Amino acid sequence: MSPTAHRSVNPLSPKERIKVPRQLMPEQPADERAQNFTEVNLGYSAELAQQEALRCLECAKPTCTDNCPVGVKVKEFVEKIVIGDFLGAAAKIREDNVLPAVTGRVCPQEDHCEGKCLLSKKVKPLGIGYLERFVADYEQRMGTHILPDVKSTGKKVAVVGSGPSGLTVAGDLIQKGHKVHVFEALHELGGVLVYGIPEFRLPKQIIRQQIDYMREMGVEFETDVVVGRTVTIDELTEEEGYDAVYVGTGAGLPQFMNIQGEHLNGVYSANEFLTRINLMKAYKFPMYDEPMIDLHGKDVAVIGGGNTALDAIRSALRLGARKAYVIYRRSDAEMPARAEEVHHARQEGIDFQMLTAPVEFLSDGKGWLTAARCVRMELGEPDASGRRRPMQKQGSEFDLPLSVAIIAIGTSANPIIQSTTPGLGTNKRGYIQANEETQRTTRKGVFAGGDIVTGSATVILAMGAGRRAARSINEYLTTGDW
Amino acid sequence: MFKIIHAAYLAPGIRRFVIEAPRIARKQKPGQFVILRIYEEGERIPVTIENSDPERGTINIVVQAAGKTTHLLNLLGSGDSILDVVGPLGKPSEIAKYGTVVVVGGGVGTAMAYPTAVALKKAGNRVLSIVGARNKGLVILEPEMRAVSDALMITTDDGSYADKGFVTDKLRQLIENGTRIDLVIAVGPIVMMRAVAELTRKENIHTVVSLNPIMIDGTGMCGGCRVMIDGKSEFACVDGPEFDAHKVDFAVLVQRNGIYRDAEQRALAEFERGKAQDDEHACVANAVVRQGDLR
Repeated sequence: MSPTAHRSVNPLSPKERIKVPRQLMPEQPADERAQNFTEVNLGYSAELAQQEALRCLECAKPTCTDNCPVGVKVKEFVEKIVIGDFLGAAAKIREDNVLPAVTGRVCPQEDHCEGKCLLSKKVKPLGIGYLERFVADYEQRMGTHILPDVKSTGKKVAVVGSGPSGLTVAGDLIQKGHKVHVFEALHELGGVLVYGIPEFRLPKQIIRQQIDYMREMGVEFETDVVVGRTVTIDELTEEEGYDAVYVGTGAGLPQFMNIQGEHLNGVYSANEFLTRINLMKAYKFPMYDEPMIDLHGKDVAVIGGGNTALDAIRSALRLGARKAYVIYRRSDAEMPARAEEVHHARQEGIDFQMLTAPVEFLSDGKGWLTAARCVRMELGEPDASGRRRPMQKQGSEFDLPLSVAIIAIGTSANPIIQSTTPGLGTNKRGYIQANEETQRTTRKGVFAGGDIVTGSATVILAMGAGRRAARSINEYLTTGDW
Repeated sequence: MFKIIHAAYLAPGIRRFVIEAPRIARKQKPGQFVILRIYEEGERIPVTIENSDPERGTINIVVQAAGKTTHLLNLLGSGDSILDVVGPLGKPSEIAKYGTVVVVGGGVGTAMAYPTAVALKKAGNRVLSIVGARNKGLVILEPEMRAVSDALMITTDDGSYADKGFVTDKLRQLIENGTRIDLVIAVGPIVMMRAVAELTRKENIHTVVSLNPIMIDGTGMCGGCRVMIDGKSEFACVDGPEFDAHKVDFAVLVQRNGIYRDAEQRALAEFERGKAQDDEHACVANAVVRQGDLR
């Protein structure tokens, strides 16, 4: 792939572009931010954004776009940044991505667009995530956006779950002229974006603005509805007149390790821990009513190495934990968390206990956690996941004193929809079966995507599924073919 | 917002609300519950559904003032609204023709046991009910329970009404009298459910209890409501709330329900101090709740 011959707005030659260093993201100093919930990354200024945008090589076949689960036209939006048309850049992103302010913050770009950036063969990749975030924030600051002009088709779609995949489906389908109604089980909209991802990584205000924007476009939202319990999918299609249903209910039930002491007071699932903080604001007790264990001066550990694990332990640190550990049974190389989060966590003073696993939680005899009994691991042959299998080192047992342990080892399928929707096929792990390209389930008119199909993954992969589903739903509603 | 159509005390501290919630009213089955939140800074708490009227689109919930939220809730009356009501949650009671079923309701748990008793009766069972309370004033739903039961026994801890003693005394009598019992369903305080379980375990009588652990979302997402059933973790909100009483680890339930006791007592004390300071507490608190900024 070579830089294109088309008339570029970029004044620099390809050689000059490579020489421009990747612009650093301004961030809150680590010692300060470890004490607050304000965002870690502060965002590019217009100058930094334009400087960074100049680095784009404008490949003829942009691999960044090919590797984006929602297919954002990176080259085209970056070009608009170069000429200072930031609103135009935002509109260009929105053609493919209804949540740019979210993905600009939480997407693992190193696995997608930036991972395939041609620049990265020689220097650091283009800061695509940072640029995306800049234009999305710019658009929100300006408070102006162009509402797409669409003609109503008269078709109605129910979207179950207001997380990243549901919002993507809603945003895409409303622009095709379908009526869209989103059902949410919780009292707040946004799914994992509000209950799971903490303020310092994704401010709630950002999600609210994105949802307000969708409301303006005509999407209807209804909270406090647990589809499967409050209303079934059959009732939505047969009685409430929905022509199609998209199920994007998310990952589901937190997994536990089934080791001794997991029921002790002080052992949380990451979902519960983060929900208490993010959704219920329990750390503001008694201003807010939902309580949580006071972490000030306490030793806290998270078990797991994903983004959720890091979100949980970095939250614990901000809530006054004296020691904050990540206990992960494999090594750095296998950690699924985003590289930037791991880097930030280390800067903040999180203690990473790698190749370590708890085998038992110990109690004070009154039901409260006092320590995790751990063993050290070493890596053997690759397992089914392709990662080297961790094996226990003989005689490596030690006790790590802890007041709070947070289990972040993944989730299993939530059974509510599957068990209340006859004919909806599931796989052997209980997740909903859906075609990988069309997101169609075994039930006519019912589509599914995101974690309820794949098991826990990322925001952007859920959004990718949402995009494919929206295309497929539109096709179904237009042709009637299944 | 969910509008309160009617509210009245069933007993001191125990209040029944009729709430406009058409979706829930259509779907509610015996054994299920709702989660509610009364204002923006409020916590989410599970609450019993006593009954529902699908035609009118209303549900009845019964609440006993125990902590800050339930005390605040009980200050609300008809015309007020509850910010969030979600449900019906949990698996419904398994209704079948078992033969003779003993339905045990302890305190406010009677409100949860009532719809199950109705359904069991309708399914052709002989329903023997035992209702227990601390004292006369706290006996609730007596006429309703009487109407659906082939026999109703009442006990009070202090003997101020009916027979002095505990529900287990009555259950033991039934067993000792040679009554054939095919199923026992017990809903009430943990100590009561545990005592029932211990009694029936010896007799090998299938027994079901409805558990009330700490809960946030009620859809299985948070795992806070995990209970130990037969040595394994289960979630009361999606796998329960009803479980085989003989498999429940009640000690773990008691321990986990105590996690936030200090915070709960502090919140309640602050609430009561604030209330005492105000002559017109009820109406002021109401007004503040409506504005959603009560601290």
